[in-house]
Amino acid sequence: MNKPAKADKLASMREAIAAHVVDGCSVAIEGFTGFISFAAGHEIIRQKRRDLTLIRMTPDLIYDQMIAAGTAKKLIFSYTGNPGVGSLYCIRRAVEKAIPCPLELEEYSHYGLVGRYAAGATRAPFFPLRSYIGSDMLAANPLIKLLDDPYGTGKIAVVPPLNPDVAILHAQRADRQGNTQLWGLLGMQKEVAFASRHVIVAVEELVDESVIRADPNRTLIPGLIVDAVVHEPYGAHPSYVQGYYDRDNESYLAWDKLSQDHGAVTAWLDEWVYGLEDHAAYARKLGQERFDKLKPEPLPAAPVDYGRYR
Amino acid sequence: MSEAKYTDSEMMIAVAARMLKGARTVFVGVGLPNIACNLARFTVAPDLELIYESGVYGARPERLPLSIGDPTLVSGATSVVSMADLFGLYLQRGLVEIALLGGAQIDRYGNLNSTVIGPYAKPKTRLPGSGGACEIATNARRTFMIMRLKRRAFVDKLDFVTSPGHLTGGESRTRLGLPGGGPELVITDKAVLDFANGEREMQLTALYPGVTREHVQAEMGWPLRVAATVQETSAPTSEELRLIRDEVDPHAMYH
Repeated sequence: MNKPAKADKLASMREAIAAHVVDGCSVAIEGFTGFISFAAGHEIIRQKRRDLTLIRMTPDLIYDQMIAAGTAKKLIFSYTGNPGVGSLYCIRRAVEKAIPCPLELEEYSHYGLVGRYAAGATRAPFFPLRSYIGSDMLAANPLIKLLDDPYGTGKIAVVPPLNPDVAILHAQRADRQGNTQLWGLLGMQKEVAFASRHVIVAVEELVDESVIRADPNRTLIPGLIVDAVVHEPYGAHPSYVQGYYDRDNESYLAWDKLSQDHGAVTAWLDEWVYGLEDHAAYARKLGQERFDKLKPEPLPAAPVDYGRYR
Repeated sequence: MSEAKYTDSEMMIAVAARMLKGARTVFVGVGLPNIACNLARFTVAPDLELIYESGVYGARPERLPLSIGDPTLVSGATSVVSMADLFGLYLQRGLVEIALLGGAQIDRYGNLNSTVIGPYAKPKTRLPGSGGACEIATNARRTFMIMRLKRRAFVDKLDFVTSPGHLTGGESRTRLGLPGGGPELVITDKAVLDFANGEREMQLTALYPGVTREHVQAEMGWPLRVAATVQETSAPTSEELRLIRDEVDPHAMYH
């Protein structure tokens, strides 16, 4: 007797976005500085989604691009800068001048937004943290509240759970069921995955289930909560994937210049997003030579032995 | 002692590094603080463990990180953890001895603004926001600020309090129950200021070579308080300059 086949969740990015990201929904494309699914962000722009609530601790270039393209009505965040470079000008234009449309902001500190994901992930009613007291962030965001600690230590700040409609995460590898392994900065990916109603995972390498099972400590996200797996090599460019490619800092510096002008951004979107059918076409247009330069030298860890017990 | 020429940034880096003498853990931001911490590892604090809010404990970067999320911080680190663990188990647990912070505006009690210039609802300039700064300022045992002395930055009243310092001065921070000790030093490009008085008000405590009190006052938006004794900070030594230029920031990205 054959066992029933396990779900094969492999999809193209076009299919995954079309199936799970609808107008008006909330989307968290996460990953701290690295592992940012630019492939997903560009596909959302290409499919012309509108009125999204975009959630990301550090909006980075990808949300600057998505906001310039008019996909979003609201941004939930904790630090909006071009990391290590400067400002995110498209977000500033939306906030300061409503170009291309107004953008509502909902703002936290890093630990506050991490805490919202953590409460969302465990379906807890709130997350307590030692922050915000003495800060104007309390007044700026009424969702951050102070409680009296029932155990008598005084006031404590709490944030409510956050449950995005869709989380989109990039990682090194997954199997076809969506069991996903990630190493490097773990950021908030585990928490946002468990918090979200749907999860799309994009990976550099699609691997056999046996590869996952050989190193179970490295499985950050179980296929149980994953809806779609996209095989998307270089899908995090110009951000990085630990051990696979470095951040393409030239792109971050170039964006700092060109994003100061909305017309230049529109032209860039035409050339690099609307004018290309998918992320594979984007990678081809950039050229292999560009990616070769971003490849780090190898620095493998010593193998670990889990032991065989039978 | 060297008569070598040096830049304002090199002076700030050298002074900040000296202040980390003997420290065990430091919470690092990118840019000047990062160079200062790496310089301190070569000089006054060989056991210094660098902690980054991206989730890295004990970083040993082989190049100057481009951002606090640079992959060079991961390779060779003692431990890499989730941000929930970094903020919970390391910062809120009280394991961060010194944190280095900066901002667009600072007031006399060391409160910081990195959120907006102008009203929050209709900002003249939208700044990046807190990141981890609010909880770092709350929980770190000691906080050092690294900021260039500029009148538009050292203001009488902040447009927005992002990160709490000594709040309204005196015992106000302790009364609200903030666990960390709050601001201790402000390291600028002209002078060092501290808060070592009952009002916890920023006061001039050391001047760099060639800088006068008047120079400092000219860049501050309130009447400058001066400590009972004002030291003169020594210029960067030739060894400090060599380390900054050859080892820590060889591509001169920040100095």
